[in-house]
Amino acid sequence: MDLLQKVKEIIVEELGVEENEVILEASFIEDLGADSLDTVELIMKFEEEFDIDIADEDAENLTTVGKAIEYLKTKIS
Amino acid sequence: MSHLKDKVAIITGAARGIGFSIAELFAKAEATVIILDISTELINAAVEKLESVSSTTICGFSADVTDEDRIGEIFKQIIQQYGKIDILINNAGITKDGLLMKMKISDWDAVLNVNLKGTFICTQKVSRLMLKQRHGVIINMASIIGIMGNAGQANYAASKGGIIAFTKSAAKEFASRNVRVNAIAPGFIKTDMTAALSDEIMAKYSDLIPMKRMGNPEDVANLCLFLASDSASYITGQTITIDGGMYM
Ligand SMILES: NC(=O)c1ccc[n+]([C@@H]2O[C@H](COP(=O)([O-])OP(=O)(O)OC[C@H]3O[C@@H](n4cnc5c(N)ncnc54)[C@H](O)[C@@H]3O)[C@@H](O)[C@H]2O)c1
Repeated sequence: MDLLQKVKEIIVEELGVEENEVILEASFIEDLGADSLDTVELIMKFEEEFDIDIADEDAENLTTVGKAIEYLKTKIS
Repeated sequence: MSHLKDKVAIITGAARGIGFSIAELFAKAEATVIILDISTELINAAVEKLESVSSTTICGFSADVTDEDRIGEIFKQIIQQYGKIDILINNAGITKDGLLMKMKISDWDAVLNVNLKGTFICTQKVSRLMLKQRHGVIINMASIIGIMGNAGQANYAASKGGIIAFTKSAAKEFASRNVRVNAIAPGFIKTDMTAALSDEIMAKYSDLIPMKRMGNPEDVANLCLFLASDSASYITGQTITIDGGMYM
């Protein structure tokens, strides 16, 4: 499965949103209704699913779907 | 009495004393009871005793609450087996008393580690699951000493005061997910922990207790049952004292 699809699925599952809402520009907090607990859970889920460590400083910048995908791409390859 | 029917409850330090009383009452209330304690010999005896008073599932794990990896592993195993964790009672606790001037760093560390860090570790390990479940109850065993202080117990008082403040922060973090966190602050309760005190000290304390007697572990268990049940569904972040009126 490609990364984009996998990340989308995780976001849909974690935030309980519709897949068509998960566009690259969407902000987790402003557009997808996440609160601070949700964002922490989402980051932990990425770490678990992709078997990586995401530093707190990096996590702070992952505010949109697009930014998360860009970041995960560099981490995984 | 089936207040906790179908609930899964983990109680730390439950092989004896107050923790065991809580486990016993929860078993009678038909919860699935998981005893976690550092003492392996005591656990087997405790599980056997509980099985003789109740037909619910009772299960024991030997673990040190400060062992992050082991605690994580056990909680995972519990979820695999029972599908959820509804209640966590952070009850494991120790004392290493001594006057502050002469207190060894190792005694300070030991008490802070088990009482405060152990509570943090178990809470952290259960929190993700409870937040996801959108329900859960955590009860932390503090002490009246964490509110009043006590000569000869600077380490213990700091750990229990820490638990009270920790409880409030956790309650605020988890409230939006319907996970309640409360603390219980017992006064003097008849257990092995207080049996270690001299008659002289006991007499002195009895004078300070308006009800003129020590409490029983069952008194604390009853409060725990109430806080863990849906009857307390609007109570979070609180520290409830249970002390015969010693602190008002
Ligand atoms: N007895 C009292 O008067 C009183 C008063 C206020 C608060 N408390 C608190 O209530 C709790 C229970 O006290 P108690 O009187 O039943 O004591 P207890 O010593 O009878 O029981 C404590 C239990 O915790 C277990 N334990 C100790 N260290 C552990 C660790 N690292 N990991 C896992 N288990 C561990 C012990 O094996 C024991 O079974 C404690 O937190 C204590 O501080 C007791």
